[in-house]
Amino acid sequence: MGRDARRGGRLMVLLDALAAWFADPAHWAGPNGIPTRLLEHVALSGISMLIAGAIALPLGLWIGHTGRGATVAINAANLGRAIPSLALIGLAAPITAAFDPQLGFRVYPTLIAMIVLALPPILVNASAGVSEVDRDLVEAARGMGMRERQVLARVEIPIALPVILAGLRSAGVQIVATLTLGAIFGGGGLGNYLVLGIAQNDVGQVFGGVVLVAALALLVEGGFALLGRALTPVPLRAAEGGEHRGRALEGRAAG
Amino acid sequence: MFADPKVPSSAGRDATGMCAATVEFRHVSKSYDRRDGPAAVDDLTFTVPAGSVCVLVGPSGCGKTTSLKMVNRLIEPTGGQILVDGTDVAGEEVTALRRRIGYVIQQVGLFPHRTVGENVTTVPRLLGWSREQQRERAEELLGLVGLDPARYRDRYPAQLSGGERQRVGVARALAADPPLMLMDEPFAAVDPIVRERLQNEFLRIQAELAKTILFVTHDIDEAIKMGDLVAVMQAGGHLAQFAPPDEILARPASDFVARFVGADRGLKRLSLSRIGALPLHQAVTAVAGEPVGDARQRSLADPFPFLLLIDRAGRPLGWLPDRDVPADGIVDERLAIPASPLLERETTLKDALSMMIAADVQAGIVVDPAGRVLGLLTMEALGAAGRAGAAGRAGAGAALRRAERRPAAARPPAAAP
Ligand SMILES: Nc1ncnc2c1ncn2[C@@H]1O[C@H](COP(=O)(O)OP(=O)(O)OP(=O)(O)O)[C@@H](O)[C@H]1O
Ligand SMILES: [Mg+2]
Repeated sequence: MGRDARRGGRLMVLLDALAAWFADPAHWAGPNGIPTRLLEHVALSGISMLIAGAIALPLGLWIGHTGRGATVAINAANLGRAIPSLALIGLAAPITAAFDPQLGFRVYPTLIAMIVLALPPILVNASAGVSEVDRDLVEAARGMGMRERQVLARVEIPIALPVILAGLRSAGVQIVATLTLGAIFGGGGLGNYLVLGIAQNDVGQVFGGVVLVAALALLVEGGFALLGRALTPVPLRAAEGGEHRGRALEGRAAG
Repeated sequence: MFADPKVPSSAGRDATGMCAATVEFRHVSKSYDRRDGPAAVDDLTFTVPAGSVCVLVGPSGCGKTTSLKMVNRLIEPTGGQILVDGTDVAGEEVTALRRRIGYVIQQVGLFPHRTVGENVTTVPRLLGWSREQQRERAEELLGLVGLDPARYRDRYPAQLSGGERQRVGVARALAADPPLMLMDEPFAAVDPIVRERLQNEFLRIQAELAKTILFVTHDIDEAIKMGDLVAVMQAGGHLAQFAPPDEILARPASDFVARFVGADRGLKRLSLSRIGALPLHQAVTAVAGEPVGDARQRSLADPFPFLLLIDRAGRPLGWLPDRDVPADGIVDERLAIPASPLLERETTLKDALSMMIAADVQAGIVVDPAGRVLGLLTMEALGAAGRAGAAGRAGAGAALRRAERRPAAARPPAAAP
């Protein structure tokens, strides 16, 4: 009884600290203010996503379409998944610092790590999504005189879209969450509140950062879910995404 | 080599209103395994004249699909040539070639994310037709395959039955009015009743369009029904026989063909011809309710032991055994044995035989569309027809098509005078 009361009391203390931290107008201005850090976080995530997508999407679609290099790519992607993100940032830091002592120890390691982190889900989902489109359908498309690009653009991508988007979504959420670690290496973003808060033993700041990161991640998740719904052709809507697990597309049954 | 595919619909046809291409296989071979592995198709040579249906038939794995796909170059032959209207397909630009050849695959392969209308106009869209032309064409084709455009155009394939999907698949292949169609077991995925209906509709459409069609099946009955020409293939991709259906049934070129067409090939031949082509026995008739006249003498003189009673319009009422025909007075209808079965000119000999056996009679009464007696088909005549070969040389498909093409005016008037 007393224990529960104590626990409840601690929770109250935590929420109070959180509310106080958010309420303090000083935390909404300046280079360490919430808008700035949020913007940094979003910008870094966005740039990582764009670069990762620009590399992994075309590659994944090509692998899925041709069936070439699938095993190599999947294995490389899994290897990339196995490396802890923190280690990745730590590895990248001395290298980028060697090139650019100014920024090298701040943004770039995080950026590189985030890109590497985002490549596997995008690549694997794009290639698996496309390669799992019913081969009979692809042959029908070819047999009617579509060029390879048309087969990809008009048949394979639309049908694989839920799976492709699921890859992007999982990459996005992972980036937003993991980018927090970049602050350890001076990378900016919402992670700074965690690093500083722990150093200053400021509970309100730590949990303020956590709440902001979580909210952003949920927003990304929800945003991609909505995008997926909007872009998925009506009859394939049943085949909602989710991280790809080699599940057959439900759309195939409709063929 | 083909009519300009950019011109939609019926334009671009020749003077007869037909649009078809000749297809010639010249020593075509294919082995998937480049080295001296087993051939999937071995030295295939045959010619399909423009406007006819050639059915490739044979056991599973004998190379039918491979042969078909070499025509639109989804598979490249390892030897020989395929000519469409005299031009080697190997020299054609592959996408242009494919857009001029209709293609129906066994699994139908409709695009699940496209509506029925969009599926149907896949090739027209590739060819850059205007939206308006595409819309018109989709309506026209859906109507042709028996699907109400208003109801079906905006549905997705998942919302169709198997039979409806097959129809859409056929409509899609016809969309750019190709002079040549490749159909790989197009009706295999539906139940026998729907298949029969699709087959008949296919024959009706073909009667109208007269395309050149290469049609794959492993069902010999379907081959005989659909083909003007049948190419029987056997394991290893050999052509065992290439001939019209009746000849395949009458003179199988080898034991393999004989076994493949089955022990009932005599019956199958009967299914190829229709009563209309046979000479009928002139029935001795008497009109019920009228003076009998010399009917008894005529009936006794005729080898067939029954007199046929008819009504004043000439429709059959029943049989009267010769001995029971009164020498004078009025003919009484009530003495007659009911007249069955009634046959029509379009009835196949096989169906006629079946009906006559079921009714346990020695002769069927052939009537015209108004139900008036044309004559009798006797068991002897049926047997003779079976032995002599089908009266019409071409397959049932061709016969049906001839019937379809016959102008309405030439048909007997539908109503009795
Ligand atoms: N891509 C391929 N690679 C290797 N061998 C193949 C390939 N496709 C077909 N074959 C082989 O070639 C032969 C002919 O195959 P094909 O698909 O033409 O047969 P089919 O007559 O259409 O049979 P079915 O009635 O079962 O469809 C078979 O022995 C098959 O195993
Ligand atoms: Mg096949």
